[in-house]
Order: sequence, then structure tokens, then C-alpha cells
Amino acid sequence: MQEASAPQAQQGHHGPPEGFIRKYVFSLDHKVIGKQYYGLALVAVFIGMTLSWLMRYHLIYPNGKIFGLELLSKVGAPGGVMTPEYYLSLMTMHGTLMVFFVLTNAPFAAFGNYFLPIQIGAEDMAFPRFNMMSFWVTLVAFLVLVTAFFIPDGPPISGWTAYAPLSAVGTDAGPGLGWGQNLWGLSIAIFCVGSLLGSLNFIATTLDLRAKGMTLMRMPLCTWAWFITACISLLAFAVLLPACLLLVLDRMAGTSFFIPAGLVVSDRLQAHAGGSPLLWQHLFWFFGHPEVYIAILPAMGIVSHILINSIRRPLLSAKVIIYSMMSIGFLSYMVWGHHMFVSGMNPFSSLMFSFPTLTITIPATVMTLIWLGSLYGARIRFTSASLFALGFISMFVSGGVSGFFLAQPSIDIYLHATYFVVGHFHMVMGVAAIFGVFAGTYFWFPKMTGRMMSEGLGKVHFWFTFIGTYCIFMPFHYLGLAGNVRRYSSFVDDFLLPLMPVHRFITIAALITGAAQFIFLYNLIHSRFRGKVAPVNPWEATSLEWTIPSPPPWNNFGDRHPVVYHDPHQYGVKGSLGDYVMQDSPEKIENES
Amino acid sequence: MTTDGKATAAAMNRSSAEEAAKSGIWVGIAAITMTFAAFTSAIIVREGTDTSWHHMTLPGVLYLNTLVLIASSITLELSRRPVAARISRREAAGQEGSRSGLLWLLVTLGLGLMFLAGQYAAWRELASQGLFLATNPSSSFFYVLTAVHGVHLLGGLAALGYLAGKLSMAGARLRRSTAEATSIYWHFMGGLWIYLLLVMRTRL
Repeated sequence: MQEASAPQAQQGHHGPPEGFIRKYVFSLDHKVIGKQYYGLALVAVFIGMTLSWLMRYHLIYPNGKIFGLELLSKVGAPGGVMTPEYYLSLMTMHGTLMVFFVLTNAPFAAFGNYFLPIQIGAEDMAFPRFNMMSFWVTLVAFLVLVTAFFIPDGPPISGWTAYAPLSAVGTDAGPGLGWGQNLWGLSIAIFCVGSLLGSLNFIATTLDLRAKGMTLMRMPLCTWAWFITACISLLAFAVLLPACLLLVLDRMAGTSFFIPAGLVVSDRLQAHAGGSPLLWQHLFWFFGHPEVYIAILPAMGIVSHILINSIRRPLLSAKVIIYSMMSIGFLSYMVWGHHMFVSGMNPFSSLMFSFPTLTITIPATVMTLIWLGSLYGARIRFTSASLFALGFISMFVSGGVSGFFLAQPSIDIYLHATYFVVGHFHMVMGVAAIFGVFAGTYFWFPKMTGRMMSEGLGKVHFWFTFIGTYCIFMPFHYLGLAGNVRRYSSFVDDFLLPLMPVHRFITIAALITGAAQFIFLYNLIHSRFRGKVAPVNPWEATSLEWTIPSPPPWNNFGDRHPVVYHDPHQYGVKGSLGDYVMQDSPEKIENES
Repeated sequence: MTTDGKATAAAMNRSSAEEAAKSGIWVGIAAITMTFAAFTSAIIVREGTDTSWHHMTLPGVLYLNTLVLIASSITLELSRRPVAARISRREAAGQEGSRSGLLWLLVTLGLGLMFLAGQYAAWRELASQGLFLATNPSSSFFYVLTAVHGVHLLGGLAALGYLAGKLSMAGARLRRSTAEATSIYWHFMGGLWIYLLLVMRTRL
């Protein structure tokens, strides 16, 4: 965090990039950096997905050989059969890759970097050098994390939440807790630095680099979402960073922040004393809950932005969407304890965390009602982007409803260690945010590459993904209610055997849904080179990114300094171009609020 | 848009870029505040769960260091005025001003380095008493807080060094926002240190 060297950054101004390295590698251009983040997220998501395949396969064939797995880890998969510990290692890596390198990077850092400056009419981010650093720092974090696959001990087994003391004590507690866990802690600490630099940029850019006439209330809803997310992310990662520092010190310098006195692990008394395992959970979840909104808010913004465009009329209230996102952001800091109902925390504290958790459902419900109410009677243009936007709402509602249950301590105590929780957060945070990313990709791909994606393939991809994710994650809820514990690598010879058919169904659904993602990958790569050439404004949208060429030049608006006259919700009006008026069009609109 | 309008817009962009440096430093300060809030709550939680909390006596040199850091804030203010005046003169008349302000800036830089040396002396003193990073929770927190503050202060020193470099080079353009952002950050480092001293004095 070298904020003080801010002056060295060339604020918002740099010349055209020259040479391959400056253009595509160490680029200062926010658009290239956005694409780099997207690429990184794409690599991470396919690794994460492969890990989930391996885990799902192992759950239904606990003794099944997996071809090639032995090459990755001799200890973790002797003869190609995954050990229970290696299952946990893969689970840790799946969660860490997905939460940090996919759900944080793709909807926020990738699309935000690319489109936030353009949507507010700026030439670049406020601090392009910081921006470049934030990506490269994040890439280093990624490389440090994946290194854990290739060390003899393998990745840590402590989960993406790295609960202490398991994550703090070292190799006594199991495989992967030596250098694997060290790499994890260092990777996440580095990731925090990258995210802080990114958030700093987003906030300063939004506050100070808006074009003339671009008042805060005229910003597109996705810009608002990125801005609010940046505020959340700034304060959340600023807490995770010291937490990781303390964890790494416990592991590498012999301190006792998280390791209690008299702890005996594998028959060995640990040398540490007096630490508090609960402290790690407090620090982690103080970051962890806002992180949920870091993943979902940008998706909400992207979906709102696309929805207005596909229903060709304003939402019932864009302002209420903005205020709802703000209150979600604010409340996200008061609810971290609802992840800790079973941690042995004082039951009265549980009550204190349960109440604001239920309060969050109010702005979330308000937003959902605005989306649904705006859809009522609308003539929707069904593009791949709008299908994924609608799919997002569906996932958000289906996954969110189970949150009502989990917010009650008395119910959560029963459900906490079961697949119910797995189903809940995969739907509401994971898949919903990914649907936002898909929607954004189909919507903005023409602007980013100058070519259209195949709509036909997009729709096939949507239906496979939409039905597939329901098939995977809805049964998780039933499994959880039936008492199916999570984090187990197999269910042989126990009371869970009758549930195996459900697991088999889920695994098959996961394999098919995962395979369907290659349709997307094909569409992405094929359209990049062979797609139809995209016009400037293929979706007849109103915001500033659709006023510049596809793909945009290095300085976005050329020598032009855009002036903004309207908010981006001017659909269903009589404009010179049709049923919409661009934000930078000086024409008068009747009855403009 | 007329050429005139273009020029105004370009000027506006420049001034908003200047603003961004100041917003940026405040946003950074918010993040750092949050980091130290996390450390503070960690101390409180850690102390609350520990039945054998060891209190420690802070090394006396810390109070001297505090005075040095306060003095550095004062000398920075002494340098800021002539530097600001110099930038204004350049903006008004396009002429490069004198190097006034450079001396006080160098004094600030020196005091900053002195503070860090003093912090190191405090570490040595604790080490001579047998108090190391992992000795007990108080000493752990002491080393962590002073080290993390020190790292942030190094960032401030780098920025001061950058300012001094710009001031001593003839014809180098120094942005007003750069000077202001640096001084805001430096004063914040001082305020943060006083806060940390209070926390360590009462809790550790």
C-alpha cells in the first residue's frame, strides 16, 4: 500500500502506447487491463471448474481412479485415487480460485476497468500506473496460489476460509498445511494489495474524472454498482490484509495470534499459547461477508443496465436501485457474525447479527421487485445478454430465499455444516454473479472486440447453464435438509448412503453443465476472430460506451470531450434515432424528469 | 465544439486530474485507517480471550520519536507555504521560482529518517530485554504495529524524496496536488502514530 507515491502516477493522462509490451503486456490502458483481468478470471474459472468435476467424480466413485491425477500429486492421489485429504485440498483451491480470482476479478475488476472510465466519459482511470500494478500484483497472487499444486505436500486442506487453528498450526494437522498454507496466506495478502490499488482507482476516477454534465445521478447503474463495490472492497480488503499478515506470522514467525494455549495436534503439544481462533473468524468474515457483495453488486448493476436496454423503457425507479445498493453495501459490514453462529460465539451476539442480516433482505427484495415490476407488460428483446440477466434474477431469488432460513441462528445451527449452505451460496453468490458476467460478456463483447458473438450459440449456452445449475444446486438444499454433511470426501458405509442417487444426479448435471461452458469458450474465441463485424451501437443503447468506435481507440473518445445531457434511462421516448436518446445527445426530451 | 470550448474542457480535465490525486490520498487514508482499526480490534479480542496477558513497558525512546515526528509535520508546513507560492507564481507568470522551501523539506525528510532510526532503537531495546516478535502477545502486537506503521511511513518518505527531487531540479514541473497529497499523507502518518502510541500505552 504505497498510496503516498500517488504523485508519480500520471493522472488520467498518458500518450498512445507504443510497442508490443506497452500495448498488450505492461499496458496503462484501462481497457487492456480490463481484458487482462477477464483473461485471468477465465483461466481461474476453468481450473476451478475442473476441480469441482474432480470432487464431484470422487464423491460418487470414492475408489475410482482419475487418469492423470497421480501426475499432479503422488501423495494426494496414489494410483490416481484421491485421498480424503486431497479432496479437501482441491476444495480449498476451488473455493479460493472462484471467490478471489473469478467472482472478484470478473464482474468488478474486469468489466469495471474496461467500462467505468468510458461510461463516465473519461480518457482513462485516475492513476493508470496503479491500475497496471493492481493487475500485475493480482497475477502474482494467482501464480503464488497455483504454485501450491506443484509442491510435494499439495495445497492446504483448510478451506477457502482458512479457519484457525487448523490453518495456523502447520504440518502437524495434516497435509498441505506446511508450505501450501504459507503460499495461500501470501497469495491472499498479495491479492489484497492488488484489490486495494484497484478500488482506490475506481473511487478517485468516479469522483473526479466525470465528463461535463455527468452528474452522479446520471451515471449508469453499473457504474454506480462498481463505485459502491469499490468502496466496499477498499474497506474489506484493508481488513483481510492484516488478518493474513497475522496468520502468516503465526505460521512463520512463531507468534500466537490465533493458536490457543495447550493445543495438542497429532499428539504433539503446540508451542503457541493464548491466541484466539475466534479472532481469525471475526477478521476473516468482516472481510468475507462484504466480499459476497463485492461479487454480487457489480452483477446487479450489469443486469440492471442490460435489463433497461432489453425492455426498452426505464426501470420503475433507478434511484431506488442505487439507494438499495448503497444500503446493502452499508449493511454488509454489520452481519459478518452470521457466518459464526456455530463458532461458540455468545448466543446473544448471534441475535445481534441475525437482525441486520434479515434487514439486508429488505433492499435486496426491493431491488428484485423493481426488476420484476419493470418487466411486467414489457416487450422484452430476448438476446443472450438479456436471457442471462433474467437468469441472474432467477438465481438471485432462488438462492436468496434459503438465506432467510440461514439467517436464523436456531435453524442455522442445524443446517450450517450441511449441503444446504453449499447450495445457498453457490446459487446466490457464485452462479448469480457468473450469470452477471455472462450477461455482461454477451452485451459488451461487440464493444470490446469489434465483433458480434453468435446469438444462437449464446442461447444454447444459456439454456444448458440455466437448467444445469438448477439441477446441480437445488438438490443441494434437499441434501442439506436431510442432514447431508458438507466437507466429507465420500459417503461410504454410513447413514448417507440412501442419498447417493441424488449425488449421482448432481455429478452428472455438473459434468454436462460444465461441458456446456465450452460452447461459451468456443463462441468467445471464434467470434473474436470470425464474428460478424460489430456496429458502434448494436443494442441501440444510450450510455457513452456506445458512442465510440468498436473497439474503442486508446484514448476512448479521441480528442472529443463528451458532454452529457441525459441520464442513461431514456428509452421508450421519441428520439431522432428511434425509441431512445443517447446520453450525449443535446436533443430535448418531453417529460424528462 | 469550438477551439475555445476544447481548451476549457482540457483545462477542466487537468484540474479534475489534480483533484483525483487528493481524493486518491483520502481514499488511501480510509483504507489505512481500516487496517489499523482491524489491528486495534484484534488487540482487544486477543486480550479478552487471554488469561495471562503480559503488559509491557514501552521503550522510552518512543516518546522522543513522537516529538521528532510532530516536529517533522511542523517543518513540512514551513516548507509547504513557499512551495505553494512558487507553484502559484509559475502558474501566474510562467516563471520558475526559487528553491525556497527545499531546505525545510529536506529537514522534514531528515526528521522522518530519524523517526525510523528511533523506532529501530526501540526494537533493539526490547530485544535486549529478551522481548522478540514471538515472546508474548504484547511484544507481538508491538512489533507488528510499529513495523506496519513504519512501512507506510517509508511510502511517505519516498513521496517527500520525490518532492525534494522535483524542487531541486531546475525546470521540473511540480504539481500542486502532488505537494498537497504528500503533506496530507505525512500529517496522517503523524496522527496515526500518536493514536498507535496511545493504544500501545493503554493496551500492551
